[in-house]
Amino acid sequence: MEIVLYAIGALLALALIFGAILGFASIRFKVEGNPIVDQINEILPQTQCGQCGYPGCRPYAEAIANGDAINKCPPGGQATINNLADLLDVEPEPLDAEHGQESVTKIAFIREAECIGCTKCIQACPVDAILGAAKQMHTVIADECTGCDLCVEPCPVDCIEMHPVDVTTRTWSWALPQSHPGQPANGSLIATDRRGQKV
Amino acid sequence: MSELILILVSAILVNNFVLVQFLGLCPFMGVSNKLESAMGMSMATTFVLTLASICSYLTYKYILLPLNLEFLKTISFILVIAVVVQFTEMVVRKTSPLLHKVLGVFLPLITTNCAVLGVALLNTNRMDSSLVDSATYGFGAAAGFSLVLVLFSAMRERIAAADVPTPFRGAAIGMISAGLMSLAFMGFTGLIRL
Repeated sequence: MEIVLYAIGALLALALIFGAILGFASIRFKVEGNPIVDQINEILPQTQCGQCGYPGCRPYAEAIANGDAINKCPPGGQATINNLADLLDVEPEPLDAEHGQESVTKIAFIREAECIGCTKCIQACPVDAILGAAKQMHTVIADECTGCDLCVEPCPVDCIEMHPVDVTTRTWSWALPQSHPGQPANGSLIATDRRGQKV
Repeated sequence: MSELILILVSAILVNNFVLVQFLGLCPFMGVSNKLESAMGMSMATTFVLTLASICSYLTYKYILLPLNLEFLKTISFILVIAVVVQFTEMVVRKTSPLLHKVLGVFLPLITTNCAVLGVALLNTNRMDSSLVDSATYGFGAAAGFSLVLVLFSAMRERIAAADVPTPFRGAAIGMISAGLMSLAFMGFTGLIRL
């Protein structure tokens, strides 16, 4: 009889101690933020263009995490939609035409002779890719420009145009192979042969 | 020292947990479709198994044995393992997001891996074992599990691209290859006797 009491006591003590440890840990090691939002945000192209109807990529990531549609991102195009569908385990759908068309990669170009130095495009640029000061000529930092179009509209003298980025040996890449019967539908030859994704 | 090496070789090859003792078959079949996830699973299992075998050894030696409560070992080991895994997951998530990204998905899965409980219970059967012995045994078991899992997932990736006859596609060919691997591991029997 005594051994039964010992057994109950020992288990109870163990469970209490472990419960206390876990309770302490859940408060001490609490993580802020929703990791799924971070993962979605990582997939989005970070153009901060607002074409989805949200003020930037992070707010759209939060909206997706709360159940918004995944097909509102024209700069990312079908590749982003497919990656999102993969992450969230839903069916990929075509890009919503209401929010814009997927187009070739572009960057902004300022015709500097016509620029009057009004700084309006600097304020519009979500990624601070335009360099210049009041009454000074502005120019675009090509490496930083995400091609979001947002600077074209505010320019009072219409001196900003969008130039498509030329394909060079550094930016060109193989097209994904077409899938055919007997192979996985995502077009990869073996399961880990994924391209275009961060490891 | 040679004793520890013997324990390691015995746990990894001769008494391999998956292919010889048939423990932990669920993750062996389930997580071996991709090499990438097999690696993650192996690392997480190695981590948890080593930790769990140390913790359950301490529980057994310093709580259950002095009170003559050996019959409680199964239930208390389950408790210990669940707590250790949960606690590690919280700490890892807080301290190292990168490590959590690699291991995170697999940690809760391992709680229910019977190899973990198997190692803890088998450790108590070997009466003269010390703490270091138990830890080595746990690590060896995990290393054996990792070895087989990675080998098997590499094989399955090849099989996925191969022209398998229709009735054998999918799980069937997986089972057959696992059986062949098990036969191969039987070749190690008699290499060491502990």
